[in-house]
Amino acid sequence: MNVSELESIIEKSVVEGLRKAATVMPDDVFNELKRRLETEKNPIARSQLEAIVNNIELAIKLSKPICQDTGIVSFFVKLGDDFPIRSKLKEILQRATEIATKEVPLRPNAVDLLKGNTKTNVGLRGYIPWIYWELVPGDTLEIYVVPKGGGSSNVSKLFMLPPGVGWKGIKKAVIDAVIDAGSKGCPPYIIGVGIGGGEDMAMIIGKRALLRKIGERHPESFIANMELELLKAVNELGIGVMGLGEGPTAIDVHIEISARHPASLPVGIVMSCWALRHKKIVIDKEGNFQISD
Amino acid sequence: MPKEYYLKTPLSEDDVRQLKVGDIVYLSGVVVTARDEAHKIALEKYERGEKLPINFGEVAVYHCGPVIKKIDDKWEVVAAGPTTSTRMELFEDKFIKIFKTRMIIGKGGMGSKTTAACKEVGAIYAAFTGGAAILAANAIKKVKTVYWLEELGMPEALWVFEVENFGPLIVTIDAHGNNLFEDVSKKVRERRNIAYKMAGVD
Repeated sequence: MNVSELESIIEKSVVEGLRKAATVMPDDVFNELKRRLETEKNPIARSQLEAIVNNIELAIKLSKPICQDTGIVSFFVKLGDDFPIRSKLKEILQRATEIATKEVPLRPNAVDLLKGNTKTNVGLRGYIPWIYWELVPGDTLEIYVVPKGGGSSNVSKLFMLPPGVGWKGIKKAVIDAVIDAGSKGCPPYIIGVGIGGGEDMAMIIGKRALLRKIGERHPESFIANMELELLKAVNELGIGVMGLGEGPTAIDVHIEISARHPASLPVGIVMSCWALRHKKIVIDKEGNFQISD
Repeated sequence: MPKEYYLKTPLSEDDVRQLKVGDIVYLSGVVVTARDEAHKIALEKYERGEKLPINFGEVAVYHCGPVIKKIDDKWEVVAAGPTTSTRMELFEDKFIKIFKTRMIIGKGGMGSKTTAACKEVGAIYAAFTGGAAILAANAIKKVKTVYWLEELGMPEALWVFEVENFGPLIVTIDAHGNNLFEDVSKKVRERRNIAYKMAGVD
């Protein structure tokens, strides 16, 4: 496999990954929403859960985006030490974004502050699509695509708490964030909470926490219990499906923790709407690729 | 128990006065998309005495930035779910009063100014399931035309859709001064302490 062949396979697989991410819901999220519909009794909540489930099925059938807001494109990249293409990846990912915008199509969401919508989902200043890089052993390239709408991003929050408030202060921050989000971010929510690091890291690990499967708990039992405790508490608020006051407010809470500065306790709360979309593309150096949830 | 209604545009004042919050509506007829910029420009043009391309009193206004593809000179709606309506709270009361729009469709609810305008004029605000873009697209039978596409771009333009049984639309502001989202958010604020207690927060 020569380098230019591999480049074009990466481009093709990322376009396909962006298409799958926008049009096919991850199984775990879809199954959970179906389960909630089966057990829901209230007619208003049922009408909304039914619309959601029908919409997901139609999106698969018609190969169209589940939600029209396919987000600002971002990639979580794990680059193997022995994968042959490295610095050129950024350019390839930008090109794939532009192609997917036309072909899927994705909504053109990259708005330059001075020049307006670029119409390609690629920004003019080298930042968008945003890419998170991680160097890992091995010879494969792994790329997570996470289309996330503006509605739920607008209700995400960062709290820089005084460390003295402790776990109670953290839990209060999560509950307050959900109350403020209310109906605005398309509940039922999946809530990613990143605790620790600096102001930027808390948000990033909070977003990464959304990639964990529904129902999968943090390996530390203390954190796992807090996830369940918070899930129960926010559902007690009664925001409900689409904020109509009935049915589930949130379907899961995922917490990630990291070391913090002695003077800081950052809590990044990344809210996802019900349409939590992501796909993983894994490419080996022979150009074989796989796309999964 | 909420009632189900099948309505058709143009809507009369009586059509909307009969609805109560919590009712479910399926709408047929003409729906026009308008977001922040379109509201602002429509009102500015009206104030300057300029002619508008649409009679907003005869259609339902939909807070939506759709994805639309042009295939051989024909527009195809790819996705058309609602956008968050609170941003339009800045303009909507004026819009309803001037244009006598009977039905506003969006998601996430609207505030007290819109609620008052709905009561005064005889209009409602209904919520379409947020994110259910394909379900919405499926109920859009035809793109009749589009205005202000060049100036505003795809998500902000005025797209004129012919729809059939567009819904479920939940009436969340009725023409009698009720606002379901405000009731829910009041209840949620009251339940804040219960949630704190459950999570062990004093």
